[in-house]
Amino acid sequence: MATTSTTPAAAGSTATAPAPVRVVVPPGGWRADLRGIKVVWQRELIRFWRDRLRIVTSLVQPLIFLFVLGGGLSHLAAGGTEGVDLRTFMYPGVLAMAVLFTAMFSAASVVWDREYGFLREMLVAPVRRGSIVLGKCFGGATVAAAQGLLVMALAPLVGVPYVPIMILQVLALQLLLAFMITAFGVMCAVRITQMQAFMALMQMLVMPLLFLSGALFPLAGLPRWLEVLNRLDPLTYAVNPIRTAVFDQIDLTPAARAALLPGITWFGWNVPIGVQVLVVAAFALVMLSVAIWEFRRA
Amino acid sequence: MSDGPRTGATIQTPAPAGDGDGGHPLAVEVRGLVKRFGEVEAVRGIDLDVRAGETFGFLGPNGAGKSTTISMLCTLVEPDGGTARVGGHDVVAERNDVRRNIGLVFQEPTLDAYLTAEQNLRFHAELYGVPKALVPARMQLVLEMVGLWERRKSLVSTYSGGMKRRLEIARGLLHAPRVLFLDEPTVGLDPQTRASIWSYIETLKGQEDITIFLTTHYMDEAEHCDRIAIIDQGEVIALDTPEALKASVGKDRVQLQVDDDAAAIEALRDRFGLEATIAEGHVTFAVAGGEEFVPRLFAELGVPIRGVSVARPSLDDVFMSYTGTTIRDAEAGRQDPMLAMMRGRR
Repeated sequence: MATTSTTPAAAGSTATAPAPVRVVVPPGGWRADLRGIKVVWQRELIRFWRDRLRIVTSLVQPLIFLFVLGGGLSHLAAGGTEGVDLRTFMYPGVLAMAVLFTAMFSAASVVWDREYGFLREMLVAPVRRGSIVLGKCFGGATVAAAQGLLVMALAPLVGVPYVPIMILQVLALQLLLAFMITAFGVMCAVRITQMQAFMALMQMLVMPLLFLSGALFPLAGLPRWLEVLNRLDPLTYAVNPIRTAVFDQIDLTPAARAALLPGITWFGWNVPIGVQVLVVAAFALVMLSVAIWEFRRA
Repeated sequence: MSDGPRTGATIQTPAPAGDGDGGHPLAVEVRGLVKRFGEVEAVRGIDLDVRAGETFGFLGPNGAGKSTTISMLCTLVEPDGGTARVGGHDVVAERNDVRRNIGLVFQEPTLDAYLTAEQNLRFHAELYGVPKALVPARMQLVLEMVGLWERRKSLVSTYSGGMKRRLEIARGLLHAPRVLFLDEPTVGLDPQTRASIWSYIETLKGQEDITIFLTTHYMDEAEHCDRIAIIDQGEVIALDTPEALKASVGKDRVQLQVDDDAAAIEALRDRFGLEATIAEGHVTFAVAGGEEFVPRLFAELGVPIRGVSVARPSLDDVFMSYTGTTIRDAEAGRQDPMLAMMRGRR
């Protein structure tokens, strides 16, 4: 690392001036990049914590889906859920959804940063652009997972017990999902200079992705076209493992499990959970790479 | 003292401006720099040398190519031709080395208003890899320099425009750059704040061993510089000390208070061959050796004179003598820099 020294005031300074602190900025390298990643990540956390209102408001949408929509439709759906409360069924989907919106919001900060000039401060720094993107994505993932934990605290209200292994599994999946979504959002945000445009694009993309993923309906007996779209939606491969982790902890009849958690098949092949998680990770890596590549040219 | 490129950002060479012939490395070295935006040539082959320790001013109307040039020197924009070295490093090939060695204060604010001043500085220190042990002392030094130490815990959103600019200057200095770029450091500030920013810059020159490269379109501010390059339509049209530039104009500005302006103008033309105009409400003309000219004026003009003032040439006069227009008129005629460039070309 760098050598540092403190020398007496240079010729020309007045006697009263404080002794200048000499700084040798070390040449770059992975240490510099790591520090860059860390400080960008920290900033996301500080800003999230400052914005308590946002923490509360981003809870509203999942709660509405879970209790208003879920509660309202539960009577109607009772015939098809094999005795399982619709809210219990929807709960894992809502866990994914909470993460989705928060991660999108984190990615939007790239657009804010550009609008308020702070992006420039980051772009002229002597660190690799990739470390800024990584810091943003880690920040978005952490913040979203924190939001996800809040929704996880509601588990007993929908008949899901607190089980440490489930909480850990869901948290890990939420982190991965949030990372993917933030990377996707940053990828889009690099090219977009206006907040309205970014928000409109996100609305246009997020809602279909969410609905197609099976967060709110079971994947059994779907029409063919919907099944195809569902398999193409990367969110599908995050929602299904989350639902599996939750359903493993509640008592289900085999019939209910077959109806509500049929699993994912590719041309008749039953895709293991591990592969599903790998699909999400692969999507995340591709989007991260594109985001970094775009940031380099920005 | 070494002349070669250094990897660190220590400033070991106390290089006072003025005696930078030969011995001192050049802080900025520009050769034939060109930047085009489509068909428009915004910067047309600029050559510049800035000596270490110097305060160098880049003066010209908006749209003259100042910001484009500074963006190239700061590695934000890639040149289309020519080379530039900053702190001994090439702005294209050694981009990160250049970035480590420069501090930047942009025209537009680039602070995070939702963080405190301290958090903004800490972010910068981490991003620039300032050794951890030095960060607190360094932060105190730069914040005290700009008089914001007491307000370090306040959110930047509570700062006034002048305070924000001061914080940006402090941040630009945090990693002890060898060259500090100030792009229009006082634009948009009231006169009092402008004056205080300048006094901070003067203090800074006394405390840090640093080269300052600034752009401005305020003539009076250019006087703070050791040397000035006047840029117009993408080209450097003059480069020297403010004094030398003013001397090169060679003429003083004389203003007369007379009862009959028209008669005075006619008399000046007939008897002395001088073209006078009405400026600021008075008959105004330029003449070499203005003070010696005044007795002749009283003796020979033949029009009663109630008062006379003689002014040494200002940088305004310099700009006018090189471009045939005042900087203000040059700006009024070119609201759109792109259009201006196109007009300049054709």
